[in-house]
Amino acid sequence: MAEIVLMRNFGRQDSHTLAGYRATGGYTAWEKAKGMEPAAITEEVKKSNLRGLGGAGFPTGMKWSFVPKTHTGPVYLVINADEGEPGTFKDRYLLERDPHALIEGMLITARAIRSAKGFVYIRGEYVQPWRIFSGAVKDAYDAGLLGNGFDIVVHRGAGAYICGEETGLLSSLEGKKGWPKIKPPFPAIKGAFGEPTVVNNVETIACVPPIINRGAEWFAGLGTKTQGGTRMYSVSGRVTKPGVYEDSCAVTLRQLIHDHAGGVSHTGKLKAVVPGGGSAAILTADEIDVAMDVDGLKAKGSMIGSAGVVVMDESVSIPEALLVLARFYAHESCGQCTPCRESTGWIYKMVHRIVDGHGRKDDLDTILDVAKRGGGTTICAFYDGAIGPYISYIEKFRGEFEALCRS
Amino acid sequence: MTATRTIVFSPDQLAEVRRLQGLYPDKRGALLPVLHMAQDAFDYVSLEVQEYVAGLFDMAPSHVHEVVTFYTLYFQQPKGRHVVAVCHNLSCYLAGSREILAHVKQRLGIGVGETTDDGRVTLQSVECLCACEAAPMMQVDDRYELNLTPEKVDRILGELR
Ligand SMILES: Cc1cc2nc3c(=O)[nH]c(=O)nc-3n(C[C@H](O)[C@H](O)[C@H](O)COP(=O)(O)O)c2cc1C
Ligand code: FES
Repeated sequence: MAEIVLMRNFGRQDSHTLAGYRATGGYTAWEKAKGMEPAAITEEVKKSNLRGLGGAGFPTGMKWSFVPKTHTGPVYLVINADEGEPGTFKDRYLLERDPHALIEGMLITARAIRSAKGFVYIRGEYVQPWRIFSGAVKDAYDAGLLGNGFDIVVHRGAGAYICGEETGLLSSLEGKKGWPKIKPPFPAIKGAFGEPTVVNNVETIACVPPIINRGAEWFAGLGTKTQGGTRMYSVSGRVTKPGVYEDSCAVTLRQLIHDHAGGVSHTGKLKAVVPGGGSAAILTADEIDVAMDVDGLKAKGSMIGSAGVVVMDESVSIPEALLVLARFYAHESCGQCTPCRESTGWIYKMVHRIVDGHGRKDDLDTILDVAKRGGGTTICAFYDGAIGPYISYIEKFRGEFEALCRS
Repeated sequence: MTATRTIVFSPDQLAEVRRLQGLYPDKRGALLPVLHMAQDAFDYVSLEVQEYVAGLFDMAPSHVHEVVTFYTLYFQQPKGRHVVAVCHNLSCYLAGSREILAHVKQRLGIGVGETTDDGRVTLQSVECLCACEAAPMMQVDDRYELNLTPEKVDRILGELR
């Protein structure tokens, strides 16, 4: 098992306080970064192979380098704490148990991208995390860490999964409904309030202080060739010990389920696993010897996404599990693009009909056809995320669906 | 039932609105936070409240309306003194959320989206609240209630006044 980096303070009673954070070396990376040129910070993060941990896995240092150097107006740093991907709960732990790690990471990132203002967008339902994080921000102001060239505004969302998508999030931050925007322009060029904006996930930015303190090489060495570091895996569903576990990006799905989460519960026999949050294509029991990094899962036709692992044992009905997710996508589609708005609604109805025993076998082909043709046709990746489960659940467990259909 | 209240913020609340508006490059950024304030102050975001908030932002009420209707946490109708939101997404489903929801419905004698006659509780069934490690779970007002069993649900509901 790899070294614990992100969760190193979680065991301390005072881990959310400034004193507790300082006692374990907190804010020493910020002291160090203050002596570094902005470009040198970005270079260090590039070399660390840190990749976005919010879902898309984009190289973090490269994203920062897209902010135009010649821009004279404001540049914003926006933290995505809208955690909403089914099966994911790691950011909640960070906000509650190590809020200063995010604040310190933001200070360093802001220096790298020359930003004087950061926004932290926290999902509206996260009242407790919002209170704890806001308290930490206040303490950082009182200690003079904030307010001297960098300010943080803590912003509460109001319930909408789509606001986790970065451009939807920016619309929402601007006081609008959370409709995603067409890219390009990418947020780094034209983001919040029309200014260059870096959007990063909570956990991504919490990785920055350790990278600055201990160096890019050390961080890169913790992971795989193409993704540095450790990350926090949220493991839930039919396992003996559900919870958040930190390990190397090179850990396998088998190790996570068996070594960390105590193995499969209920029947004890594995049937399927969602490896990267609800929107990731499902894997069968014999596909779990896979490295849990961006490239490892891509090679299996799935994605690491937010690293939310949901385990299903033999007794789980795959059609019913798909019904639960199909309802989610139908409810959360923002309604802007026709393929997404229409298909998520109709596919939910069709899966419902199948589970109720009124489906026809050609319903399955209709769903697959609609899903496959809709990919890549929408403004944002929400619908691509919905397609992952539609196609994989049906193709990998077709027999189970057919058994429910009339012939 | 809810007494008719005048829809105006107190001077302190108005100062808070101005402070929030000042935090954003464009004051409209403060719309979601101010709508949260309005809901806390006036119980729900009626059309009248939306119109009042629109005035604070120099916006057309229709533009506030399209925001209010987009998000799940703003209530456009009176709600109970407590809101119970049972998660029904994947991990909670795998841990028995259907049975938990059925139990809550039976205990309260209402369906999803309804409020008890005494105005005590509004019931919702919601998407992943991202506490799946402690499934099945639900949110009761500001709190997450984790690792639910029917007995635990009874205790929690019994404490709501
Ligand atoms: C439908 C949808 C939902 C998303 N939800 C989240 C989320 O809850 N949290 C998050 O950090 N990223 C989420 N993302 C990814 C963001 O768009 C974006 O890639 C990310 O915040 C960038 O930060 P990172 O590079 O540090 O990962 C979502 C993407 C999509 C398409
Ligand atoms: S599925 Fe219920 S909290 Fe995630």
